[in-house]
Amino acid sequence: MRTLSTFHGGVHPPQNKDESNRLPIAPAPLPARLIVPLRQHIGTPARPIVQPGDLVLKGQMIAQAAGPVSAALHAPTSGRVVALENHAVPHASGMPDLCVIIAADGEDRWMERQPIDYRNVDPATLGERLRDAGVVGLGGAVFPTHVKLDSGTQQKIHTLVVNGAECEPWITSDDMLMRERAGEIVEGIKIMAHMIQPEEVLIGIEDNKPEAIAAMRKACQGTNYEVVAVPTLYPTGGEKQLIKVLTGKEVPSGCRPPSIGVSCSNTGTAYTVHRALNHSEPVISRVVTMTGNVSKPQNFEVLIGTPIGEIVAQAGGAKADTRRYILGGPMMGFDLPSLEAPLVKSINCVIAVSDALFPTAPPVMPCIRCSRCAQSCPAELQPFELYWFAQSRNFEKARAYNLFDCIECGCCDYVCPSNIPLVSFFRFAKSEIFSIDRDKKAAEIARERFEFKEARIAREKQEKAAMLAKKQAQMKAAAAADPDAAAKKAAILAAVERAKARQVASDVPSGADQTTQSSEKP
Amino acid sequence: MLVAILVMAGLAILLGAILGFAALKFKVEGNPLIEQVGAILPQTQCGQCGYPGCAPYAEAVAKGEAEINLCIPGGNAVAKGISELMGVEFKPVGGDDADSGPKPKQVAFIDESLCIGCTACLKPCPQDAILGASKLMHTILPDYCTGCEKCVPVCPVDCITMVPIKEDIASWKWRYPVIPLQNIAAESEGQP
Repeated sequence: MRTLSTFHGGVHPPQNKDESNRLPIAPAPLPARLIVPLRQHIGTPARPIVQPGDLVLKGQMIAQAAGPVSAALHAPTSGRVVALENHAVPHASGMPDLCVIIAADGEDRWMERQPIDYRNVDPATLGERLRDAGVVGLGGAVFPTHVKLDSGTQQKIHTLVVNGAECEPWITSDDMLMRERAGEIVEGIKIMAHMIQPEEVLIGIEDNKPEAIAAMRKACQGTNYEVVAVPTLYPTGGEKQLIKVLTGKEVPSGCRPPSIGVSCSNTGTAYTVHRALNHSEPVISRVVTMTGNVSKPQNFEVLIGTPIGEIVAQAGGAKADTRRYILGGPMMGFDLPSLEAPLVKSINCVIAVSDALFPTAPPVMPCIRCSRCAQSCPAELQPFELYWFAQSRNFEKARAYNLFDCIECGCCDYVCPSNIPLVSFFRFAKSEIFSIDRDKKAAEIARERFEFKEARIAREKQEKAAMLAKKQAQMKAAAAADPDAAAKKAAILAAVERAKARQVASDVPSGADQTTQSSEKP
Repeated sequence: MLVAILVMAGLAILLGAILGFAALKFKVEGNPLIEQVGAILPQTQCGQCGYPGCAPYAEAVAKGEAEINLCIPGGNAVAKGISELMGVEFKPVGGDDADSGPKPKQVAFIDESLCIGCTACLKPCPQDAILGASKLMHTILPDYCTGCEKCVPVCPVDCITMVPIKEDIASWKWRYPVIPLQNIAAESEGQP
């Protein structure tokens, strides 16, 4: 039995998972129109490779990875590309973004698929296949998986952690996936292990999911993968927190897990790795929990690009008193800007919110510096200090107090007796600091370009002057080197003399002078 | 008495020699303050401060010859940064209007149907952010344009306009949290 470690803080919010985990995962019907945003992963948005009017097949690439940290996108069904335009997307800003809009033809016809046997292929090629299949982390951060599994550029990974903790309340998509498709998840883990060759593989699942643990243990028989039941405590599903619990090692501030030789991926991601390589199916759908104030909460396997309103309708529709929808869990999620917005790879849960389920927070009171936020903070920060700095826009100080170690888990919000929306302040401060850093970088580039231009102008001036000097020197030298030069000079001098003499002669009018002139003429 | 005087005099000569040597050996070339002020400025080289560029303005500020609140594109953030660096009192940009934020960011835009390809705008651009040649269409490289407006007045056909940069998803920022006010007193009065 593995000795488990603990992380600092954490909270026990009400689980509310039983609402949605009683029914099996149901396939959602094909929508008439699919909206595929180009910005679905961390890094550079994908570059579209289709034009409006193009016919596409299910699984056909419609946008390719642009840059090293990027991933491809695919047509979720067969049909015609009708537009490449701005459309409402699920983003906290509520702003529209560029999307490929596909009208489904209803045939759902697959492109030609070519599964490969990963055992005979080198990891770099597998990474390319994953990138071109659009495999990204489905735990919520949507980091391109091939970058994580790239064994060439980073240090040796000795532990692969598979994250099945799913600690946020209400969400059950990973739970249901593990119960129903444990075998396929393990196939995906085998591919990941083949790519990075870790010494051990640990699968961490919170102990409030006994069925999932049993299913995964069964599927792992015959392998040396260890399924570890970890105590239920929010936010165990945080990458750094789960690594601490399983290995006892802490990921240093400002670093990613590979810096301590650990790689961490979600169970849902492992499933898509398996589908992408063993079945040649790119990521065109995902399991999403539709729960909260709907008549029939359930998990659905939904095509990427399906308008979220249609998922709500699948779950029997929202009840009359629904005020809004949360994307993600109640601790870290954000509000859905429009029911027209499509499902994207990062969304694991949609919660319909009513006043009865989520009562309005009591009024905000002043901070009394009770430090309960600090006691609950899994990143061991001092949220009350950070709040003070963020509120007064003292961003440098906030950075110095390790604002960027904040994982925005919401534990401090949850325990604050004054109901202060601390995480909102931290998000505000973080994006302000990002913007300041961006401006600084731009100023640095501007200064370099300006200095280069000045230097160039100075150099051109110098070169021109040098050229001129050289030319003059050359002429002089040429004149000096010419053997006829002396004779020429003498001739010129003689001519000048003659002209002078003529001038003198013309002053004295006489016939003799004129005859000399005429005799000289021929 | 004499010994004491000699000891003190000797010490004074020794320490003086060390200080004199150090002053020569560790002499700081140039004024580091100028560079620090320059690092705060947005480097648009727009000249809206009245100086020919960011470096001359930084030099003037560092010498105490210029006000700290003259940088228009940088706005109050830059004025505040300089005031903290120099240890002088903060003055808001544009006088007493304390709310004046930085001027919204903008880029130049060339209306290509009007451009006559005269190359007049190429020279004043401090960033080399205009691409063009004689009798050929000119265009702005928006990634490098700092919005300094130096190209606008030189255009003989007025085909250059300044376009404010709109916020998009990539540049979007979380807003300062606004906490809705709730009237608690009225509620408690309502319950006798």
